[in-house]
Amino acid sequence: MGTLNTAKPKIRLSNSNLLFIIAGIIFVLMYGFALISFPGSFMQFQTFFDLFNLNAALFIMTLGLCIVMIVGGIDISIGAVCGLVTMACAMLLESNMGNVWGALLLALGIGIAFGLLHGYLIAYLEIQPFIITLAGLFLAQGLLTTLHKDPINVTMPAFVALRDFTIVIPWLGTQNRLGVFIPCEIKLGVIVVVVLVVIFAVLMKWSRFGRNVYAVGGNSQSARMLGINVKKTIFFSYVICGLTAGIAGFVFIMTTGAGNIGNGASFEMKAIASNVIGGILLNGGVGNLLGAPIGTLTLLTINELIRAAGVQSNFQAIVSGLLLYLFIVLQSIVMSLRGRSKFRLALPPWLKPHLLQGKKKAENQG
Amino acid sequence: MPRLKANLSHLSHLFLPLSVLLILIVINLVKGADYFSITMVNGAFYGNIPNILFGASELVILSIGMALVTAASQGQDISIGENATITSAVFVLFVLNAGEVTLFTILAGFLISCVAGLVIGAFNGALVSVFKVQPMVATLILFMGGRSIAFMIDGKLSPILANDISNQIGTVIPGVPIQTPTILTAVFIAIVAVVLKTTNLRLYVEAVGINPSAARLNGINPKKIIFLTFLIMGFCAAVAGFIAVNKAGRHDSVNLLKFIMMDAILAVAIGGNSLSGGKFNLTGSIIGAYTIEMLNRTLLRLEVETETIKAFKAVFIIILMVIASPVVRVFASKVLDKAKTLVASYSIRKIGGLNNAVVSNTDTSGKKEE
Amino acid sequence: MSENILKMEGISKSFPGVKALHNVDFVLRKGEIHALMGENGAGKSTLIKIITGVYQKDAGQIILDGRPVLFKSPQDAQNKGIGTVFQEIALCPNLTVAENMFIGRSQNPFVQWKQMNAKAAQMLSSLGIPASPTQELSSCSIAVQQMIAIARAVDMDCKILILDEPTSSLDEDEVKKLFELMRELKGRGVGIIFITHFIDQVYEISDRITVLRNGELIGEYQTAALPQIELISKMMGKALSDVSKIKKQEPLKSDSSVPVFEAMTLSSAAGVRPFNFTIQKGEVNGFAGLLGSGRSESVRAIFAADKVTGGEVKMKGKRVKIKTPLNAMKQGIGYLPEDRKGDGIIAELSVRDNIILALQVMKGFFRPLSRKQAEEFSNQYIEKLSIKTPSIDTPIKSLSGGNQQKVILARWLLTHPMFLILDEPTRGIDVGTKVEIQKLVLGLAEEGMSLTFISSEIDEMLRTCSRMIVIKDREIVGELSGMNLTEHDVMQAIAQGGERICQG
Repeated sequence: MGTLNTAKPKIRLSNSNLLFIIAGIIFVLMYGFALISFPGSFMQFQTFFDLFNLNAALFIMTLGLCIVMIVGGIDISIGAVCGLVTMACAMLLESNMGNVWGALLLALGIGIAFGLLHGYLIAYLEIQPFIITLAGLFLAQGLLTTLHKDPINVTMPAFVALRDFTIVIPWLGTQNRLGVFIPCEIKLGVIVVVVLVVIFAVLMKWSRFGRNVYAVGGNSQSARMLGINVKKTIFFSYVICGLTAGIAGFVFIMTTGAGNIGNGASFEMKAIASNVIGGILLNGGVGNLLGAPIGTLTLLTINELIRAAGVQSNFQAIVSGLLLYLFIVLQSIVMSLRGRSKFRLALPPWLKPHLLQGKKKAENQG
Repeated sequence: MPRLKANLSHLSHLFLPLSVLLILIVINLVKGADYFSITMVNGAFYGNIPNILFGASELVILSIGMALVTAASQGQDISIGENATITSAVFVLFVLNAGEVTLFTILAGFLISCVAGLVIGAFNGALVSVFKVQPMVATLILFMGGRSIAFMIDGKLSPILANDISNQIGTVIPGVPIQTPTILTAVFIAIVAVVLKTTNLRLYVEAVGINPSAARLNGINPKKIIFLTFLIMGFCAAVAGFIAVNKAGRHDSVNLLKFIMMDAILAVAIGGNSLSGGKFNLTGSIIGAYTIEMLNRTLLRLEVETETIKAFKAVFIIILMVIASPVVRVFASKVLDKAKTLVASYSIRKIGGLNNAVVSNTDTSGKKEE
Repeated sequence: MSENILKMEGISKSFPGVKALHNVDFVLRKGEIHALMGENGAGKSTLIKIITGVYQKDAGQIILDGRPVLFKSPQDAQNKGIGTVFQEIALCPNLTVAENMFIGRSQNPFVQWKQMNAKAAQMLSSLGIPASPTQELSSCSIAVQQMIAIARAVDMDCKILILDEPTSSLDEDEVKKLFELMRELKGRGVGIIFITHFIDQVYEISDRITVLRNGELIGEYQTAALPQIELISKMMGKALSDVSKIKKQEPLKSDSSVPVFEAMTLSSAAGVRPFNFTIQKGEVNGFAGLLGSGRSESVRAIFAADKVTGGEVKMKGKRVKIKTPLNAMKQGIGYLPEDRKGDGIIAELSVRDNIILALQVMKGFFRPLSRKQAEEFSNQYIEKLSIKTPSIDTPIKSLSGGNQQKVILARWLLTHPMFLILDEPTRGIDVGTKVEIQKLVLGLAEEGMSLTFISSEIDEMLRTCSRMIVIKDREIVGELSGMNLTEHDVMQAIAQGGERICQG
């Protein structure tokens, strides 16, 4: 074998892990900044737990979307599906036949239905994911307002009990103004989030499906050559995403207790932003699943900071959007510094127009 | 003979919108045979048909722009409603701050709003042509943030446009039997027709949409053409916004032309244009726009709720996308081929069978064809 | 180790209208490196696709390890021991090295990282590949990535390894490393099919060579016993066409003998070494060279079809700026591209629109030709070039390849260029039309047009060109002129041109 250099090369951090670590650092920095700037509100542990308590639905949606983004796709219907689920469940629970399990099944059913529709059209009929999920968004919105225009408060006792269920942490807490010690509370939604995070993390790192998702997102042509069923992988990614949207809807109504046509609106943008901040590249194929919840935390912290700083509600969206673009550019810089290619904005496959010409040129080499 | 064939094939491209139109007319006639009746109210035509022409004015203009953008950039612009809202906000701001409102003020305001439209078109166009972002995603930015920008311009107060000229533009000029928006749309279509006749817009846009690299090797700059179509779209948005705000009499940033992009995409698709670019058919798109307007009104007449219409349209778009998808196309052509061979073999069998029957009357129950 | 591992006898394969392979034999022995060579359209890729199960043969027999066999699908071929490494690396850059070696192969729903990494480490060290199982593939160089792709094939116990243009993106050191790996595998008894257009590399590493041309087997040879020039002649030999006597013209010496077009140290982003080029009025010259040598890239640089990165250009002695195709067109240059489908025709547009396109663009955006004018021009050239089309409104995609080519030719002739570049104008066209085009070229030269004619068939160029520019490995290595050039002259120039001497 002679002259080949068999010395082990320096192993550098994988892209996914690097971006995840950066996301973690940014979160710590952001939260630290918040602690320093607004100690009154942020110093309390309850504030941290409330990030989870009040936004459990967003966390859950972000997880499902993470998988779709890694496989190289996008789903912008999840917010509307979440809203639809809240209204549907609210109606079921308030009718005489409703029970909690029924509502849960309904939520999962609606989510899976959308997931199946999107998955089939995108994976097997090869239609652009953006258009299909945009149509799905309008479909869900249309169905939502058709079902019921006014908010429905869920008063069913079993459900209300579920909603009020809290886990109390006796040793952590704050003194309120009257000097009474109020221990920290965790709502049920948080448990769901934690369970899902664990399941999905295991799925992405240790299951064949998870690794296939990464492979397809990295290079779907190669994945096909390597023997992976690309269509099935993409299909199930969307089904999972739809399912999490359904779960998110159920958790949402568990948190707020009411079905409302505004529920979940623009959550898909927040979920995308959370994933991007958490180190999941828009490109596909890169990203650590644990980055999704971290990114969500960072996004929520930033929003809280903006709110606490007194920025008008109209401008909040613009500021968040600007930060999002900043992150995308930052990621692109990091990736290009690592790679050999020149600086290029990390754009995902569903963003670029059909690149049929480029492929043809490569085939023309006899 | 070839000339006749060409005209017939041109008509066949209009088959889809015309047939949908026909179905809608039939449904409406069934509901009430006086569908086509036209009366005169206050010196202007009134009836279902004039109302459709009136109501679809903005949509027709936007569909023309959408057809061009789709043809050249192989994607859709989903920010058109928001763009129109921004340009009309600029218009209203100008007019309300101009003191006395004359025809000149209105015209100046219109021109300024057109400039705003071109700026917006340049923004979208640059993202698509220079940064190679897919049109639907590039225009997502304005789709999400456009109305907030319009809010900032019109001061969130939903300003009212209450002068005579606006009123006339929005409804009817006294003495003219046709509503003004309808006239404006007709003028716009005429201008577009003239542009197509006197420039190479069609050739360049179609070449770029079908094969950008070949277009390049023939001296066309695909980036410039794509950019141009977005500029045109911006101009269309300005005109549509102008008509819409004068119709409404006030500028409502939240609801002005909301979700009109869905109707425009549908109009273009029904008009026989491929949503993945290439050749375009403006006549079809225009007919498609009027068809969508008729569809909207028919659904309302059949007492389908406004919100549910959104769901219907979404399903419709999905069906159109499915039909247009490459996988389905390949499948359909295979099925057609099989059907052809089946028909061919059936007719051969028939002839053969007749011969057999003549030759022998023995039973054929167990016999199978070779 | 002279056992045959693969024996293909009498293989034929046809597609609608094209006979890709006709009665081809191919034998691969255990532990040998066998180069498969042939120009574009020779049938190499069809043969490989039959071995890898992508296509099914129409006739013939395949015997694998002594037993007749059929490769029903790529998966099937893989299972039977055929490993393929493609030109574009079919691995996932975001997965680790070990994952890329093993993914898609097991049915286990769970990933066993420890075992996978251990197995990978073992394989990597035994093949001497400088990579670690846990590093991300994108952090490895292209050469190492290729070796990992080979390692995957080897781990799947491939008996036959097909390497399709593996050295296109490697530098000299990396090629050396790859060859060492290939020799190691050869020692293990793997039969390697090596497809490349780099002749020097063929002589360096291969044991035997099989040459295909026009879908037929020309022969199988021992590399050591076949001189380079003979190899080239076998690859590019006489086309099977009946040729009428065509007389070449001496290039018209214009009064000042200032060349119509002159390029100095022209270079483009497509990677050709800076070159000089001149052409006189009424001259026809050609670029001779093997596929991949850079002929098309050179002429594209002249037309600015690829981004021009350096050099100067003069038209009739005056310095001009040609930065875009439109500049070139306005200077009187026309370019018929090599890739008819991808760069030439605008498929859904009519024959008429395709014909008037270039002229129309030159006239400008605001000066459309009237319908009548467009029709006149189209009919004129349909007649002149005998283009067979139902009408001028027919979409060009409905026409046959030859007629499509004539339409593109008409397009450029309509612009009355001073200098017309034809890149493979006769490829994929019936014999009759080929002859027509060659006659046309000479006719145009006689009328004073300058032409550059590129063809993979040397005899076509010899019949029409009075000067041949020889290009090899992306640089111009020589120039031949004269009325009595032979194919031998050209092939010798290709074989001997350049600094590198082959090591047999």
